[in-house]
Amino acid sequence: MTMTESAAQHIATREPILTARNLVKTFGRVVGLDGVSLDLYPGEVLAIIGDNGAGKSTLIKCLTGAEVPDSGELFVSGQPVHFKRPQDARVHGIETVYQNLAVSPALDVASNLFLGREERRAGILGSVFRMLDTKGMRLKAKQELTRLGISTLQDVTVPVENLSGGQRQAVAVARAAAFGSKVVVLDEPTAALGVRESNQVLQLVRDLRDRGLPVILISHNMPHVFDVADRIHIQRLGKCAATITPQSHNMTDAVAIMTGAATA
Amino acid sequence: MTQQQTAGPPSAGHADLAEEFLDRQTPLSRIRNILHRYPAVSPALVLLIAVVVFGLLNDRFLRVENLSLITQQVSVVGTLAIAQTLIILTAGIDLSVGAVMILSSMVVAQLAVNNGLPAPVALLAGLIVGLAAGALNGFLVTRFRLPPFIVTLGTLNIFIALTLLYSNGATVRGSAMPDLLTWTGTTFPVGPVRISTGVVVMLLLYIAIAFILGKTAWGRHVYAVGDDKEAARLAGIAVNKVLMSVYLAAGAVLAIGAWIQIGRTNAASPNAGVDLNLDSITAVVIGGTSLFGGRGSVWGTLLGALIVGVFRNGLSLAGLDVLYQTLAVGVLIILAVSIDQWIRKVKS
Repeated sequence: MTMTESAAQHIATREPILTARNLVKTFGRVVGLDGVSLDLYPGEVLAIIGDNGAGKSTLIKCLTGAEVPDSGELFVSGQPVHFKRPQDARVHGIETVYQNLAVSPALDVASNLFLGREERRAGILGSVFRMLDTKGMRLKAKQELTRLGISTLQDVTVPVENLSGGQRQAVAVARAAAFGSKVVVLDEPTAALGVRESNQVLQLVRDLRDRGLPVILISHNMPHVFDVADRIHIQRLGKCAATITPQSHNMTDAVAIMTGAATA
Repeated sequence: MTQQQTAGPPSAGHADLAEEFLDRQTPLSRIRNILHRYPAVSPALVLLIAVVVFGLLNDRFLRVENLSLITQQVSVVGTLAIAQTLIILTAGIDLSVGAVMILSSMVVAQLAVNNGLPAPVALLAGLIVGLAAGALNGFLVTRFRLPPFIVTLGTLNIFIALTLLYSNGATVRGSAMPDLLTWTGTTFPVGPVRISTGVVVMLLLYIAIAFILGKTAWGRHVYAVGDDKEAARLAGIAVNKVLMSVYLAAGAVLAIGAWIQIGRTNAASPNAGVDLNLDSITAVVIGGTSLFGGRGSVWGTLLGALIVGVFRNGLSLAGLDVLYQTLAVGVLIILAVSIDQWIRKVKS
């Protein structure tokens, strides 16, 4: 908890890791984003809430390279960036956990963690025969899981389809948070989960934050948002209606701002 | 870190998993879990039982000459089934494998015999035909996003027509061909058995493809694409590139299959292998590879091809009509898919 407070105090002085300025995105005549700005600071959980069609998903897609904004600027650690594909965002350390999980059910935990960035064996087996370093990747997967404090995944050789929903989400989050990423974006991570599994995932979000990794959390679930978020970005009609904190506002206020019944 | 773990909720996830597993520990479900983890186990058991039963029915069945004959009979379908496995692992299906192989074999034979090209050049041309056919299928599947079933149903007809147009419907005899083309039909002695070169080539292909699928990043991506295309894309895998490379690899395997076919039949005939398409799918399915993609192995396919070969050979040695062989294969397919469905219930 002390880390959270100190992180909050630092916000005024620290450089944001991820900055968006005046993002605009239209789909034909529909305006998805109408000049949205956002700052994400180290060691904070920034929640993004909003009604359906408020532009949450479009905002996230622009931040993670799944959509290219029509205009506006993006900065990672102060440097201007342009994402044309999700891979571009990944290169800059922005990892996303999508709502539909994006894990391969038949592959085991370690293979899923390394999917798309497999490591090969040293020497001629790796260079000529392109042989995978399965043992090494399993070992590293275990180390990463320990480092991230994910204790629900003990056996990294289990196929993901044999895991519970919470454990699968943990695999997806672990993949996003592992291997030197700078920002983790979670899209509705608790939407499909039960109470106990949701709590595991929320604890995981806090653990990531306490390890200094900033998290962007998109969620419909107000109690979850107010439980883990340091700041809350409220989208309304394609714009940022307000950025509040759980200390300054309560859930009723947030819903009022979200629906346009009140302003911050 | 360990302090946090003990301080946190005492690993609720474990209790979860433990409970689930406790529920499942009936003998039947334990078998199912093993089959789920090692999909090649069930075809291996079927093959073993079939060999024992046919061995008891007819003492000629287990003679080495007969077993050697079965492997030879299986060599062409077994090779096509490798290509089919690759495609089916990506949740596709290839109805054109037989047609591509025949087209490739006609090109090889005609270029060598009628056009007088050196045998290696003719074989290379056959390889190019295989790759081009694979490229066409792959292009249509990835660029136009057509279902592989429709694409290969179309190209099946195209390749059959091209084969007949190119060859004028004429068979090229093995006796007219250079030795290299029929080399795959030669045999060499290993102790009391004579092993066919074509069988060895097929087995080498199995080893190579099994290694690539199991031990390389590309192989893992093939499984990931077949398992969940969208998940693979989001994980940063270039799905279309993987699909394209799978169709190209299948085309190359089919060209080698064409070479084996020439040796096996000692001829290149445009009318051969009409039923090879379905036989290759049969071998893959009986071998435990899921038609829904992402699950299975080439070793299972080899077992599947051997099972079909053993059934056909065993039933004919038992004096039964060819029709009963076909009937048995049909029953096998339905059994295999039923078992697959039952095994897949593990995950829910």
